[in-house]
Formats: sequence, structure tokens, C-alpha cells
Amino acid sequence: MMNVQSKMEGNQLILYVLGEIDHHTAKEIRKEMDKQILSLHPKEIKINLSSVSFMDSSGLGLIMGRYATATDIGAALKVINPTDSVARIMLMAGLDKIVPIERIK
Amino acid sequence: MKSHIVNEMRLTIPSKSINESYARYAVSAFVGQLDPAVDELGDIRTVVSEAVTNCVVHAYRETEGKIYICAKYYDDGRVVIQIKDRGCGIPDVKKAMEPLYTPDESGERGGMGFAIMESFTDKLKVRSCAGYGTTVTMTKRIKK
Repeated sequence: MMNVQSKMEGNQLILYVLGEIDHHTAKEIRKEMDKQILSLHPKEIKINLSSVSFMDSSGLGLIMGRYATATDIGAALKVINPTDSVARIMLMAGLDKIVPIERIK
Repeated sequence: MKSHIVNEMRLTIPSKSINESYARYAVSAFVGQLDPAVDELGDIRTVVSEAVTNCVVHAYRETEGKIYICAKYYDDGRVVIQIKDRGCGIPDVKKAMEPLYTPDESGERGGMGFAIMESFTDKLKVRSCAGYGTTVTMTKRIKK
């Protein structure tokens, strides 16, 4: 099952993650995200986590790794609408200070 | 007053990454007998996932071994979860428990596993012997 859906809007790449992010699923998610980022070269990348029901520290590693990829190509990275449990783990790790969390309707 | 064990479960699984989700749902289904709050159950799922992932990623690395999971709950609402491996062990537990420390050099691991286990439980104990394995014991009180 594909865990990532992507959409390009102007210079903005939106990556929707579905399901759960753990060490097992992160491999495929990372592969798909990097494929999209490196082929589309967006100016801004938004990772939408509104449909992620579970995330552990492997998800933090996944976001940090994509921050490095985004920085390499000069793109900004944001996390959009994480669920409460996902936001909690990001705030606990202080990841929101590096990758901003944006709430949109 | 001394507390007593009400129920316990044991699970032995191979260190395959696909078992990370199986382990966290098995333990959370067991703890569900205590009728915990959604947040408490989420915390249990997360800490089990962290400990089991450590077994897969660090303890057994490229090899495959067994992960031994034991969970008990007591009549005072305490849940004790023990996750044990017979992998490579941690040479320096204190260092391994520092936030952001990871022996992984891929840049894809955050080094936050133990910090999350510590933050999401009431008590975390890590015993390890290089070459023999690691036992992580986590205690969390489920509020009534």
C-alpha cells in the first residue's frame, strides 16, 4: 500500500502521509518522498500529517532527514495539521523549532 | 500495602520490523483491559514501539533474534512492561539514553527513543550487558 500521496501546487509540493509512521513503514515513505522532492525540485515542501494515526521517533527521524534533503535543494519544509499525538511527540523533541508546524483549514 | 498482579501476558517475536506494529497493538490490547484513557493507551503504544524498534535496529542489526515481551498489571493500576533481547547489548547505557544520541549515521534516526520512553512512562529502567543483550522495563500508572 502506498503511504504517501503527492500534489504539486505552483512551487509547492504537498506530501500527504497516510496510516502509521514507524521504523518499518518509514523506509517506503522516505523513498517515495525523496523521489518526489528530487524530481520536482519544489521551493516549499509541506508534509501533511492529518491522516497519520501513529508516529514514533522513527517519524521524527523521517522529518529530520527530509529537512536535510529540503535544505540541500534550497527548499523550505513545514509540517501541516499533525494529529494531537503526532504534534505531542514533535513538541516533546523540539522538532517544531526546526520544522514549523502549520495549522490550515 | 503490597500490590498484587491481576493479569500478565508474554509474547516472543522475531526481530522483524513488521512486528513493531504487532507488538505495540498486542500490548495495548492487553492494557486495554484496564480501560485506560486514549492518551494513556497512545503512550503505551509509543513506548513499546520505541523499545521493540531498538531491538530490531540496534540489538540485532543485520541479524535476526528473538524479542521477549512481558506485560503485567497490578491491582493498584500499575502496568509494568518488560522488553528484552539477547542482542549486542549497549556498551554505555548512560550515553545511549542522552537525547539526540544515536549510533546510526544515516541521519534518519533522531536519537529520541529513550527520551520518549522516559517521558511517556512513570519509570524507565535499562539494564544491558555488552554481548549479552538488553532489558528495558517501563512502569506506567493507569489513572482510574
